[in-house]
Amino acid sequence: MNQWKNFTKGFIKENPVFVLLLGMCPTLGTTGTAINGLGMGLATTFVLVMSNLVVSLIKNLIPDKVRIPAFIVVIATFVTIVEMVMQAYLPSLYESLGLFIPLIVVNCIVLGRAEAFASKNNVKSSVIDGAGIGLGFAFALTILGSVRELLGSGKVFDITIYPENYGMLIFILAPGAFIALGYIIAVINRLNKKNA
Amino acid sequence: MEYIIIIISAILVNNIVLNQFLGVCPFLGVSKKIETAVGMTGAVTFVMVLATIVTFLIQHYILIPFEIQYLQTISFILVIASLVQLVEIILKKVSPSLHQALGVFLPLITTNCAILGVAILVIQKEFNLMEGVVYAIANAIGFGLALIIFAGLREHTDLQDVPKGLKGVPIALITAGILAMAFMGFSGIV
Amino acid sequence: MAKLESSFKNMLVSLFGVTLIASAALGLVYDATKAPIAQTEAKKQEMALASVLPEYDRLGDVIKVLPADGKDSIEIYPAYGPNNEEVASAVKSYTYSGFSGYIEIMVGIDPNGEITGFQVLKHAETPGLGSKMNDWFSNAEKPGQNVIGRSFNDGAIQVSNDGGKVDAITAATITSRAFLDALNRANRCLDSAWETDAESGATQQINGKNSDDDVASSEQ
Repeated sequence: MNQWKNFTKGFIKENPVFVLLLGMCPTLGTTGTAINGLGMGLATTFVLVMSNLVVSLIKNLIPDKVRIPAFIVVIATFVTIVEMVMQAYLPSLYESLGLFIPLIVVNCIVLGRAEAFASKNNVKSSVIDGAGIGLGFAFALTILGSVRELLGSGKVFDITIYPENYGMLIFILAPGAFIALGYIIAVINRLNKKNA
Repeated sequence: MEYIIIIISAILVNNIVLNQFLGVCPFLGVSKKIETAVGMTGAVTFVMVLATIVTFLIQHYILIPFEIQYLQTISFILVIASLVQLVEIILKKVSPSLHQALGVFLPLITTNCAILGVAILVIQKEFNLMEGVVYAIANAIGFGLALIIFAGLREHTDLQDVPKGLKGVPIALITAGILAMAFMGFSGIV
Repeated sequence: MAKLESSFKNMLVSLFGVTLIASAALGLVYDATKAPIAQTEAKKQEMALASVLPEYDRLGDVIKVLPADGKDSIEIYPAYGPNNEEVASAVKSYTYSGFSGYIEIMVGIDPNGEITGFQVLKHAETPGLGSKMNDWFSNAEKPGQNVIGRSFNDGAIQVSNDGGKVDAITAATITSRAFLDALNRANRCLDSAWETDAESGATQQINGKNSDDDVASSEQ
């Protein structure tokens, strides 16, 4: 039960994007379409799970004073792996995410979980924590991507909901990212208040 | 002429925060007051230019000759992290007053994606060292411009009667969206 | 297991160890993905070629031409039919005058100077407006905007706003102009390639069209 809670907290209650406001750059930069948001979210989830796993395994081998650089190396390694694998097998996603793939390294969520959770907990709960937070992040990006794609071009995951000509293009462009996220956060705040 | 195009395009047309979404975390985090926004801009400018120079040299004199470009991400982020530490130590010794002004912002900069982002973009766009430095300075100015305007706007919205549900972050994001719309007016000028 | 102390030796050894393992792991993954990455690139190239060219038997050697008004060279892939006759050439061309700068296209041009097909390879144009290039300019139902089958023989292809015959994408004239600029550049480079390469059997056919006019009108 406890592990289940550990896993689900990332979705709404401690959602890294909507509630903790972390990882804003990829959140805004890659959510022009739902599929890009989902791809980015899953790539980040992979990095989170793997870096949490490794960090919790090696936490006792790393002296305290150099733990941050060591964690950064671990994270950067997995980011580069994701980058190369994506380039080989998902070239179109790789192209549309572009610069934001190497920038997973500086996503505060990843380093934050390694430092705040994995360096203090055992392997099992660290992996579950990574998966929960990562999927929460992916969930947030998919929601934002779907909203922007729907309002901007009348589609969700490339499935037409209403004719593209009625779309408000601004939501696919930069300003729409900020505005859509603003309203979604307002809604989530309201939901969380009701639950509490 | 090419430098002017790089500068205008980086500051106005492809503004690093409002158009490229790099450095959004500090953009939202330290924009409550104009003073802190100015301090952050100073620290970012300093580190961004230094980091661009160092990563450029690493790319062209270490990674490319040894054909290990796949270590780009890992080496760049390590360089930036140690650079930030180094700058902090040196500033503390050389200029305590500057350190006091920028000090609190320095640790935040390692995870500022604008720094790593610009370093990688300079390599991707195949700039030479001089163009890279100009590009880094222009982006730092663009970051500062967006941050300071945004801080000014937020100081005002804080005093307004904002609908309850939108108070705080939501209204800040919507303001940023409208600011980004204003910057879109510059597109197409270069 | 007890946590290691932060002594200088421990710090050095552990950091060094982590970095070493990380680099080794990356080296392995790099080696493993190198072939698939190259394959994906090659496949992309092949698909682009197949989509812009009519049916062909084999490709000739790649010719690189440096256009007079650009800093990057343009690649030409001549394609030959069963009797070794040239069916068309695919040209990888570019322009810097897009709304967001760089646009890269692949275009097929047959020996009569007609466009056999095209594909936009890289662009950063506004989604929903300029990004419609691929669909807009190949729409067979709207002859006003379709560029496939048009010929360069009557000079450069231009948008109707500039006195040409191609309808620009609604609300994206700059993108449309840039796209046609890349098309015309492809044609100019193809001409100059055949002129310098007089031994090629295709030279006479290509020279049949008034390439001088072509260059002059597109420089306006």
